[in-house]
Amino acid sequence: MAILDGKKVIIIGDRDGVPGPAIAECVKTAGGEVVFSSTECFV
Amino acid sequence: MNSVIKGASYVLAHTPQMVVYNGTTQTTERVVNPESEYLKELESHLRSYEECVNYWPNQVYIGNAHPDELAEVEFPYYDKVKEGAERFGKYGEIMPENEFLLLVQTCDMFEVVKLDKEFVAATKEAFVSNPIITEAIAARVEEGVELSEIEHLVNEEHAEGLYIAGKLVGCVKRAHDIDVNLSAHVMHENMMSKATSVLALLYAVRNTGIDAGDIEYVIDCAEEACGDMNQRGGGNFAKAAAEVAGLMNATGSDSRGFCAGPSHALIEAAALVKSGAYKCVAVTAGGCTAKLGMNGKDHVKKGLPILEDCLAGFCVIIAENDGVSPEINLDILGRHTVGTGSAPQNVIGSLVADPLARVGLKITDIDKYSPEMQNPDITKPAGAGDVPLANYKMIAALAVKKGDLEKKDMPGFAAKHGLTGWAPTQGHIPSGVPYIGFAVEDIKAGKIKNAMIVGKGSLFLGRMTNLFDGVSFVIQANTGAEDNSGVSEEEVKGLIAKAMKDFAETLMAAE
Repeated sequence: MAILDGKKVIIIGDRDGVPGPAIAECVKTAGGEVVFSSTECFV
Repeated sequence: MNSVIKGASYVLAHTPQMVVYNGTTQTTERVVNPESEYLKELESHLRSYEECVNYWPNQVYIGNAHPDELAEVEFPYYDKVKEGAERFGKYGEIMPENEFLLLVQTCDMFEVVKLDKEFVAATKEAFVSNPIITEAIAARVEEGVELSEIEHLVNEEHAEGLYIAGKLVGCVKRAHDIDVNLSAHVMHENMMSKATSVLALLYAVRNTGIDAGDIEYVIDCAEEACGDMNQRGGGNFAKAAAEVAGLMNATGSDSRGFCAGPSHALIEAAALVKSGAYKCVAVTAGGCTAKLGMNGKDHVKKGLPILEDCLAGFCVIIAENDGVSPEINLDILGRHTVGTGSAPQNVIGSLVADPLARVGLKITDIDKYSPEMQNPDITKPAGAGDVPLANYKMIAALAVKKGDLEKKDMPGFAAKHGLTGWAPTQGHIPSGVPYIGFAVEDIKAGKIKNAMIVGKGSLFLGRMTNLFDGVSFVIQANTGAEDNSGVSEEEVKGLIAKAMKDFAETLMAAE
């Protein structure tokens, strides 16, 4: 059983860190459901 | 033959009143939470002009100190004073807000900027005595209007007020009754961008020693858009700024790519010159009023001054190879493509490792990297971390992964191949380009042999794509004016003249 099975996930990525789509790919492989994903630019 | 970088300029306009009235963090707060503690405290956190000038990162930006010197300054920087700080630097200046408003008025071609008569009378002498202000610009200063007229325009006609120390001294009028693209808000934003771009162009001409008439093309790479309801981003900031800066032989166009805009524009400029389309191209950008005080809430909360109180501008002059100036090597271009993906290793791979690998270079073969050069004094208190350092860690990690660097050498990578950030958070302004002025000097002095400029852009902010973007290029020492294996016009003329002379001599000998 994957560590995020049955979990709904909200993602806020960082342009100069790890962007939202990259985190989303990881979440999906861990069994999580992405309900919101966004990448923010803090600069 | 590669194009060269003749030089660069970097300018700041200290605009604390625009922080209050035009920065989006503040204008948004005024709408959603007009009684907030932040708005009440804001003005007491604004820096004086002297404090802004004495600020280490600002002195580095205009060229009065090298980034290596900043790296020696104890962090944080906001409570330190740069000894010997000055308004003017070798790359540009820090213009006070009152003089800047006069510059804005001289950049206005449609009578949308109105200044109070008394304010103009009190400020004009200081403005026109600035050596960078040309006679033509000085002659454009208008006498001004009665304050009552400005009050009427602000209170009844939707004009954006212009303030000094909380006092209304002018306004920017709307340029159309119903077209939101020509509203006072948009006109204000665009006029400020244009004026800082003009200032950058003036200093670039001075710094490089070229004639203003030598510039044949200008590319504006800021993040604003000008046009009316039928062509919202029609442009053309570039030519508009060139007109005021007196670049009579220039045409131009605007290039956009969010924060990556300057890097895209510099590659385009280098290609235009290398192709022979234009001999000399200026890449310029003005500042962004919206971003003033962008992280102000965190700064105020932590008892810091509002550090995002300057509009910034820069200009880089690209010209034909002179055999001396550093070159832009168009054989080493990094690009984040549609198919690259967003994983950090893919991003850095496409921008740094891949272009180097294509020409057989390792990541450690580049002496200095200039990615996002945001001043950490601004970003760290706001929770965004040290952006340049984050980029260097990622580049170092990729270098280890590719076998270019020992894992034990990772901590030293940033110090050796990196720079401490000093640029204001004005979007496109800190993106790669702040180091170009120093890079040109460092390469000429033999301190470094090359540098990679990396620009990144957050395209997703425009809601047209979820994609990120970025491009990179390498600046290197001049390889010497190469023999282009062709024959120049002068040489052809010389050959014909010699042939005719020889022919004439044979005729004379025959007689």
